[in-house]
Amino acid sequence: MTIKILNALIAVVGGVVGAIALYWLLNKLAELLPGRWEDRIKPYLFLLPAFAAIGLTLIYPTIQTFVYSFANQQATEFVGFDNYADLLSSSNFQNTLFNTFLWILIVPAGAIAIGLTIATLADRLSPKGEKLSKTLIFLPMAIGAVSAGAIWKFVYASNPPTQDQIGLLNGIVTGFGGEPVNWLQISDFRFNSLLLMVMLLWLQAGFAMVLLSAAIKGVPTETLEAARLDGAGEGSIFFRIVIPQIRTTLITVFITVLIGVLKTFDIVYVMTNGNFNTNIIAVDFFNQLFTNNNAGYAAAIVVMLLIIMIPVLVFQVRQFRAEEAAR
Amino acid sequence: MSGTQAVTPTPVQAPKQPVSGVTRTKRKDATGKSPLWVRIVLAVICIVWVVPTFGLAVTSFRNQTDATDSGWWTLFTSPANFTRLTFENYGDLFAQADMDTAFVNTLAITIPATVIPILIAAFAAYAFTFMQFPGRDLLLILIVGLLVVPTQVALVPLLKIFGSLGINGTFPAIWIAHIGFGMPLAVYIIRNYMATLPREVIESAKIDGASHFQTFWKLILPMSTPVLASFAIFQFLWVWNDLLNALIFIGPNNNAPLSIALVSLLGQQGQGWQLLTAGGLFMMLIPILVFLSLQRYFVRGMTAGAVKG
Repeated sequence: MTIKILNALIAVVGGVVGAIALYWLLNKLAELLPGRWEDRIKPYLFLLPAFAAIGLTLIYPTIQTFVYSFANQQATEFVGFDNYADLLSSSNFQNTLFNTFLWILIVPAGAIAIGLTIATLADRLSPKGEKLSKTLIFLPMAIGAVSAGAIWKFVYASNPPTQDQIGLLNGIVTGFGGEPVNWLQISDFRFNSLLLMVMLLWLQAGFAMVLLSAAIKGVPTETLEAARLDGAGEGSIFFRIVIPQIRTTLITVFITVLIGVLKTFDIVYVMTNGNFNTNIIAVDFFNQLFTNNNAGYAAAIVVMLLIIMIPVLVFQVRQFRAEEAAR
Repeated sequence: MSGTQAVTPTPVQAPKQPVSGVTRTKRKDATGKSPLWVRIVLAVICIVWVVPTFGLAVTSFRNQTDATDSGWWTLFTSPANFTRLTFENYGDLFAQADMDTAFVNTLAITIPATVIPILIAAFAAYAFTFMQFPGRDLLLILIVGLLVVPTQVALVPLLKIFGSLGINGTFPAIWIAHIGFGMPLAVYIIRNYMATLPREVIESAKIDGASHFQTFWKLILPMSTPVLASFAIFQFLWVWNDLLNALIFIGPNNNAPLSIALVSLLGQQGQGWQLLTAGGLFMMLIPILVFLSLQRYFVRGMTAGAVKG
């Protein structure tokens, strides 16, 4: 135990001191070069460690995964597009894709709707009330999906009707005289997937709220006063003045939550492991890799995830360029 | 190593306003009081938000029979039950579920994976913000693009690389993974923040004959404390709560962090949910403390990059 703590400490100190020494050394090396070369080389030396880390952990592996996606289970032989064809023609995977699209459609929009509502309402409270309510709603941001799994098990749990209920929802249902419901097994209309999305919304809405709230407060008070003097109602002020003014933030929040959604793994893994028709791409990837030992399928699945992301990526880059041009 | 003292966080003026950190008059109706319905709606939302966690907290102090046979809310319908509350579950966490080892492992994973990327990213962000060089825009766009790439794409080949280095299942494997995966976001938000710093300061430092290295250490790094703190909190929460990377690069061995220990408790729920609740709460404890105490940095760093008037 003490060895582990020591190990961690050594890693922290060693990592930081090592990094400082590395930059100092790189800087000294650059200074040895004749004047103009020093200035030319130095930026790249400053960037080198960051890009070394990115190259090793992201760029090279992504290319490699792309290659594996055309290979068989153990990556011993190339099979062309077989992995993709197999997956796309399997009804299981079609379901997984469909669920993933539902997550994409519902969660970012939901997070923005909830975040905007809370931000707008809290803005009208006393400073103390605003701070308290925002903190309470922001707090799940610190709670990981695994702890959230433990928390929400006690909301969705279901016991046979002969026993007392320990899940909150069924406690309410039986309290009103109803029969307990096995919530996470109802896949009609993807109801159980929706319940899992509620968990992600619970975790992420606070993030949306905080960013949107800051943006709403940035809308100049004079503009709002002027609109009020002209007789505009609160509703039209909100939709015609506030929303257009915070457009950039809305987009940022939407994209950030969307990226979070596509990476979502733990919630579904912990609650249903993709059973009862709740599978999503990230969980399917994990199970293909470790349960079915099929590295080829797993690679093809994440490559498809990457393809779904391409529009977002293009949009993100464009957005970034527009912002830079405006700087 | 001149100038290292500049890394010590300079005190940043603590904002007095609420979470947003933006000064502005409150928007209220003429009476200065918020309408009743607003307060009621928000109170309801807050209660809905808190109740699930509250239920977990309550259950974690109930004994095994109580926790598995009756809902946590029954505690409040028959107050005699209060006398049956116990700390036993927390004792059992350490005695039966090895949560103490998992806790130390989590610290050993999280702290290096949070601290190391900050300096590396800050140097890169400095180069992007204050230096001119060919290929700068292209490299920056690469960073922006990588923000979107799901890290799952990298897992299998990285696992093979670590396998050939013989470090799978050990801390360095997961350190490297988290450092790399966190790097695009770190460079991106730190650069966005640095781009808002006044250029005159850097210009005058240059005129005074300061090198880039000195300007970075003595000026830019201290001025960037809020965003460095903001990224640190982000990365800390992310690594502390991470399950996927831990499962892949560490797995259920004796280096396993809390997330894996908790998942194995979730799996054996038949043995008693009371342990699961105590474990869930135990895992949340430090992130919540970190989060509450550093919340304002978190919000400020985030909004500096993301929000424009």
